[in-house]
Amino acid sequence: MSVEELIKAAGIHAAVSDKNTGRLVINRDKVVDSNVIPGLVIDAKEIKDGVDINFILKENTIIENPVHLCFGVTDKKAIQKIIMNVDIRKNSKISLIAHCVFPNAVDVKHIMDAKVKIGKGSKYSYFERHIHNEEGGIEVIPKAYIELEENSRFKTEFELLKGRVGTIDIDYEITCGKASVMEMTTRINGRGNDTINIKESGNLVGERSRGVLTSKIAVRESAKANIFNRMIATGDYARGHVDCKEIIQDNAVAKAIPIVEVRNPKAHITHEASIGSVDSKQLQTLMSRGLSEDESVELIISGLLS
Amino acid sequence: MGILEVSNLNLSINGSHILNNLSVKFEKGLVYAVVGPNGTGKTTLGFAVMGIEGYKEYTGDILYKGESLAGMNIYERAKRGITLAWQEPARFEGLTVENFIKSSIKNKGRDIVEDALEKVGMNPDEYIFRAVDKGLSGGERKKIELASILAMKPELAILDEPDSGIDVASLQNIFSAIEFLKSNGSTVILITHSLEVLKRAEYAFLLCHGTIIAEGSVNKISKYFGGKCIPCDHKNIPEEKVMK
Repeated sequence: MSVEELIKAAGIHAAVSDKNTGRLVINRDKVVDSNVIPGLVIDAKEIKDGVDINFILKENTIIENPVHLCFGVTDKKAIQKIIMNVDIRKNSKISLIAHCVFPNAVDVKHIMDAKVKIGKGSKYSYFERHIHNEEGGIEVIPKAYIELEENSRFKTEFELLKGRVGTIDIDYEITCGKASVMEMTTRINGRGNDTINIKESGNLVGERSRGVLTSKIAVRESAKANIFNRMIATGDYARGHVDCKEIIQDNAVAKAIPIVEVRNPKAHITHEASIGSVDSKQLQTLMSRGLSEDESVELIISGLLS
Repeated sequence: MGILEVSNLNLSINGSHILNNLSVKFEKGLVYAVVGPNGTGKTTLGFAVMGIEGYKEYTGDILYKGESLAGMNIYERAKRGITLAWQEPARFEGLTVENFIKSSIKNKGRDIVEDALEKVGMNPDEYIFRAVDKGLSGGERKKIELASILAMKPELAILDEPDSGIDVASLQNIFSAIEFLKSNGSTVILITHSLEVLKRAEYAFLLCHGTIIAEGSVNKISKYFGGKCIPCDHKNIPEEKVMK
């Protein structure tokens, strides 16, 4: 598969063609395309088995169009390491869409190690969409440490709905400063013998900091999911919420371990978790509309993961 | 041969006899009401016809267009033209109103969805992209449930307490939707304890203690039901003379 087909599989052809859209396209350990726009610095160095990226958004810079990153591997067997240092300087705004595409993976390991700093008053959103094939021969290991300064906003979504998961091990930790807000959402659809491990931690240290951790997971056949969500509140008037919803079918196994820790009587955290098969009433409603059981389950899961 | 014939139906739930030798026949294209106080077995009858889990183990028979429904699951009954609107509709996290209604019409065009929503008094622009979840009130989900059935144009529509959770201003939309179903040739069974809903039917059956004790014109049943069953002074245990 050529790089053009990688771009097509990621669905970023329009972005690649637009000179006003920032982008970085990496195939395994090669930077194959990039475009930098005013106020944005992308310094990508090729290293052994991957790419080391320094990503800087200058102070007082607002970038309206999303910046597209494509981290893909067109080989069947490979290791890809992406090291990202992201520095969003104060009073700036940017959104990134990362397309992680592994169309031929039989034995591919994708490792991401990111450190993100979001400066005072800035807004940063990061949407990561994975597109895998049906083989399940991929191991995804994303790790990120994110620090929010005063009055900053961070929103991230991780989506893996197309193709087999393979194995995924997410480890994200976010520390929130004064009056900062973070929102982290993960949506994954596991089948076959996929293994999903998610570890997300939110530290609400700043006064009036707020955070929400949301996991929506569906596991079928023999897939397994372990979701570990932890929220700690130490700041005055910090507010947090942890929400984990998992649907299991067939022989799949799902585990959720929410940890809620409040170390300040002025702080408040709530949590909810639900794990189980598809709701019987939902299922029977759709079947009474003429959908088969399989069609009904698919529709219910697609709604949960949307 | 009616479109639906229930013969000597006996059904127990958790050891309690809910339907007792119930026999009733519905002709094609009419609007029927099955009335009775709470706990008489009205919803149980509807669930037994639809084949809801836990309501398929019965003695007696249910014939739909001459074919026995025994052993058929919900999907098989729905494919034959039967559908049910729940008294308390389910919530579907993340599933939009548009996709929910489209699922009942094999994903045909949005114009059908919009038309159905308008018929129940809902502005499509306001609701079509909203999720059918806790963000909608019970009354809103009830109207969306009804809209999904309107879009289907089923042969047999069982509407369980169609007015529950509906505000007074929207009741007329519900009644118009019932008329619309009839005008499209659907047979409609209204399960209700409301005199207002009963009046929308063309023929009525009065259910007491799991059996039909009277049937006839809406006027006749309405007088009896309103006079003797609201409130029910014999706690759903039929008086001897009632059972005659």
